[in-house]
Amino acid sequence: MLIFDDVVLKQGDFSLSVALSIKQGAVTALMGQSGAGKSTLLAAIAGFLSPDQGQISVDGVKLNQLSPAKRPVSMLFQDNNLFPHLSVLQNVGLGLRGDLRLSAIEAQHVSDVLTDVGLGGMGDRKPAALSGGQQSRAALARVLVGSRSVVLLDEPFAALGPALKAEMLDLVKTRLAGRTIVMVSHDPADAHRIADTVCIVADGCVSAPVETKELFANPPEALSDYLG
Amino acid sequence: MAHSTFAINPRWPGGIVAGLVLALTLGTLCAVAIRAEFQTGFGAADWAAVRFTVSQAFVSALFSCLLAIPVARALARRQFRGRSALITLLGAPFLLPVIVAVLGLVMVFGRNGLLNDAFGLVGLPEISIYGFHGVVLAHVFFNMPLVTRLVLQGWLSVPSERFRLAASLNAPVGRLIEWPMLRTVLPSAFLVVFLICLTSFAVALTLGGGPKATTVELAIYQSLRFDFDLGRAALLALVQFVICASAAIVAWKVTSPDGSGAGLDRAVQRWDGGAKRDVLVIFLAATFLALPLGMIILRGATEVLSLPTDIWKAALRSAIVAVFSSALSTVMALALALRAGRLAAVSGGLPLAASSLVIGTGLFLLVYPFVNPAKLALPITMLVNAVLALPFVLRAMAPAVAKIETDFGRLAISLGMSQQTWIWGVVLPRLKGPIGFGAGLAAALSMGDLGVIALFAGDGQETLPLAMYRLMGAYKMDAAAGTALLLLTISLGVFWVCDRGGRTVADF
Repeated sequence: MLIFDDVVLKQGDFSLSVALSIKQGAVTALMGQSGAGKSTLLAAIAGFLSPDQGQISVDGVKLNQLSPAKRPVSMLFQDNNLFPHLSVLQNVGLGLRGDLRLSAIEAQHVSDVLTDVGLGGMGDRKPAALSGGQQSRAALARVLVGSRSVVLLDEPFAALGPALKAEMLDLVKTRLAGRTIVMVSHDPADAHRIADTVCIVADGCVSAPVETKELFANPPEALSDYLG
Repeated sequence: MAHSTFAINPRWPGGIVAGLVLALTLGTLCAVAIRAEFQTGFGAADWAAVRFTVSQAFVSALFSCLLAIPVARALARRQFRGRSALITLLGAPFLLPVIVAVLGLVMVFGRNGLLNDAFGLVGLPEISIYGFHGVVLAHVFFNMPLVTRLVLQGWLSVPSERFRLAASLNAPVGRLIEWPMLRTVLPSAFLVVFLICLTSFAVALTLGGGPKATTVELAIYQSLRFDFDLGRAALLALVQFVICASAAIVAWKVTSPDGSGAGLDRAVQRWDGGAKRDVLVIFLAATFLALPLGMIILRGATEVLSLPTDIWKAALRSAIVAVFSSALSTVMALALALRAGRLAAVSGGLPLAASSLVIGTGLFLLVYPFVNPAKLALPITMLVNAVLALPFVLRAMAPAVAKIETDFGRLAISLGMSQQTWIWGVVLPRLKGPIGFGAGLAAALSMGDLGVIALFAGDGQETLPLAMYRLMGAYKMDAAAGTALLLLTISLGVFWVCDRGGRTVADF
């Protein structure tokens, strides 16, 4: 369970109140206008912002006092998910340990995961030698080698074409099954494709998660405004 | 307010560097202030030095700006072969050892120079390069190209649509577009040049001198070196600091320009004519810049291999000082760039207001009671050169460090990277280009420096610029030309090697 216990996040004039809980293993999409606070919410879960009020917890572990690295949370950013000067193997290995020193066993594990996401034999390449889709797979592989229970996606596939994006989302759904996933999305199709529940972020509040099918069948006003 | 809780860049190395810079600039100033003899007061000669310093800096800055405008305008409008080479040449004076340029100017404008030879042929009277106008000439030689690059950047930053609009409306381009642009660019350029000229020592040492053409920096040198009047030297150093700090504060308030910018390799298409005049302006500017350097190369080439061993030893000494100074400056700049924030900005900018002679006087006063200053000549030169180059090296590195932090800081933090891995595994590999450029800059500046070394050096401790100055003083012009070519080659060579080294290994 990912629980927001009366959390308030403030940035300048902007303020976001969150009081909800997300089930273990659920895929939840955050939807709302740009500037509504979706990325702010992810930053708070990841630990880049500390709440002004309230507590965020995962499976009973309070996150507020933990540094980003100590939290059971991995994140895929909008861009710059891979260090361009490091090899794919090194980049993915960072998900296992943060000091770039992989033992032989760890390196083997990383190679296996690379093969699993379709990047077998590409471990020695630099990210620039990969296609956009392959770069996304490498970033995903880094999440996979770790075992953090919450995964945050801040639109990491936004730059991919529709077919590639769908492919990546399916990969997320299958390979990360069992982990709690919170994703930011501008595209209702993304939510349709993999999200179990959706939270609407609007007017400084985050709604409680609603079943995706139910939500799109009866969109509340905030969502229909957004969808147009 | 929600705030970022965790930072990955280490802050304490920047704190140490800031402390060192503050100690070397403000700390030496305290040493100077304690020692200054206020009761003897300020003599007529001292006032003359202050007046000369300020007036020559003002006139130099004025002419640098006035002459830069037509050159930048011509370069902005014309596309021709060798244009990018010429723009590169405009950046060269910054790396050029002052004493080399001075010798080049003497060979063109001096008593036996090209110009006087030509004047003699047509029966015109001989002109002299020494004194007020000589100092101004040298300063214009150094700074006009700098201003040209700044103004050119201003011109090229105007969107081309505006020129098209003006052309289609048949509107006056000058009043509508150019004058507003110049009004934003020129004041800060003027102040930067003014500040540079205030601290000029080597030019005044070689082309000035005497009661009518002595800068405060030169007066400090003379009272320390010849009169050994520590109290007066300290008083002058204090005055020099006040002058420079005031100018620096004014320059700080007016936005600081960035002359390093890329994107100078295109010309704006224009419809307002003036082609012939542009060609003439470009030709004159190129000649003014290239001729003195050409003379050095021409005269020096035959001499450079027959230079005495003393000169080669001086070259080695200079190179060693330059390497250490560059390494120190680069490490300090990296520490400050990682720290960022106000303390780093202040200590990174402070050396601009300090001058090598003021710092040098302070260090002289501090070490004099304990050891013979000559014994520390080279380490002190190395240290002072590193600090004086710091603002420029920092400027080369800080934006890149900030970008690495924005791009990858959060990722590294969420992965639990240690600061050590972050620095060695991410920042340094990604920073090779700026590090190479900055290190090259610091090495070239140190290589050509003729400031604090003149204050400290005893026998057998000359750096190459000082050895060259002594040759010029002894009227051994051929040997001086050979030395100048050697100095020029090493200075540009170290810059090229460092800059190249940083670029070739970059991978993206």
